[in-house]
Amino acid sequence: MPTVDLAAVAAELRSIGFSHLVWIPDSELGGLEGHLGEAIRVVRACREGEALALAAGLTLGGARPVVAVQCTGFFEAGDAFRNVVKDLKLPLFLLIGHRSRAAFEAGRSGDSAAQYLEPVLKAWELQHDLLQPGDDPSKIGRLHAQSQTGGFAAAIVIAE
Amino acid sequence: MRTDDCLAVLAQHRTDEVKIAAMSSAVRWPAHSRHPRDLIYVPSTMGGAPALGLGLALARPDVRVIVLNGDGSMLMNLGSLVTIAEQRPANLALIVLDNGVYAVTGGQPVPGGGGVDFAQMAVGAGWPSAQRLRELSEWEMTLPALLSASGPHLVQLTVEPEPTSITVPPEPMPERLGRFVAALGTSERS
Repeated sequence: MPTVDLAAVAAELRSIGFSHLVWIPDSELGGLEGHLGEAIRVVRACREGEALALAAGLTLGGARPVVAVQCTGFFEAGDAFRNVVKDLKLPLFLLIGHRSRAAFEAGRSGDSAAQYLEPVLKAWELQHDLLQPGDDPSKIGRLHAQSQTGGFAAAIVIAE
Repeated sequence: MRTDDCLAVLAQHRTDEVKIAAMSSAVRWPAHSRHPRDLIYVPSTMGGAPALGLGLALARPDVRVIVLNGDGSMLMNLGSLVTIAEQRPANLALIVLDNGVYAVTGGQPVPGGGGVDFAQMAVGAGWPSAQRLRELSEWEMTLPALLSASGPHLVQLTVEPEPTSITVPPEPMPERLGRFVAALGTSERS
């Protein structure tokens, strides 16, 4: 099965100027760390809600974090997301791995993780774009620029 | 020990550190200190204050960050002890006010109420420094060194359970955050 070009994604993250990757790896993004280089410091969190609060602190301190989690962890992180994005109104930027998306859309998976990501993103009013194998990763930079200009949080959904 | 007595000691030694106060301490800390670098973390995500403090400490290694957390909040995010240990921010201290109860919901016991050794957990997670203090005099003796030594440090203070009610400050959080960020100033690194 084709996968997203992680080296190109890492190059795009460097190009954007992110200072930290706060993350819990998932199966699609797992190899990203090896492509980051030294410009982006990796911060490994134990749980996704913790990752969002950590990124909030980085942002308040003037750093430019990106948070990468799987959709299952994003579900877990609901209260942290509510607080950081809705209360604190910080324009966090996320990469969210969409587990089983391709198989689910092909009718070959009953994975509820695949089924519920889009409805949850809609419920949280989180603007997002989809990055699939073969897509130009510059769409990450475009969405990030929009989110920072507009002052809103946004996410790139990476199909697994 | 009473929570307010512990906070009063902390306030006596206050200089320009960032103080992040969550849950019960967020209610009580303003009675002891009103400083531009106080972040009264209400509304919060319960358990998120140590991670928020870690992020600030990493972004601003030139600023000392002190997080005031409760035992119930600590239990909600024990993994943050490991995350902090791995990053080893020299400028971070985490003070756990351990009263054994959820003070803001009426005083129901937390799991393991009063018997959890967070300091030992921190040591097990890899923190270079962690202490459990039960007497105010110990806290008074410990604090000055904690404020000058390289961290991260965890101090667990055993305090009496006292009911507390949290109200969200009337001023919106983004405005309060704006003043807080302005008070942080510019990083000495940039």
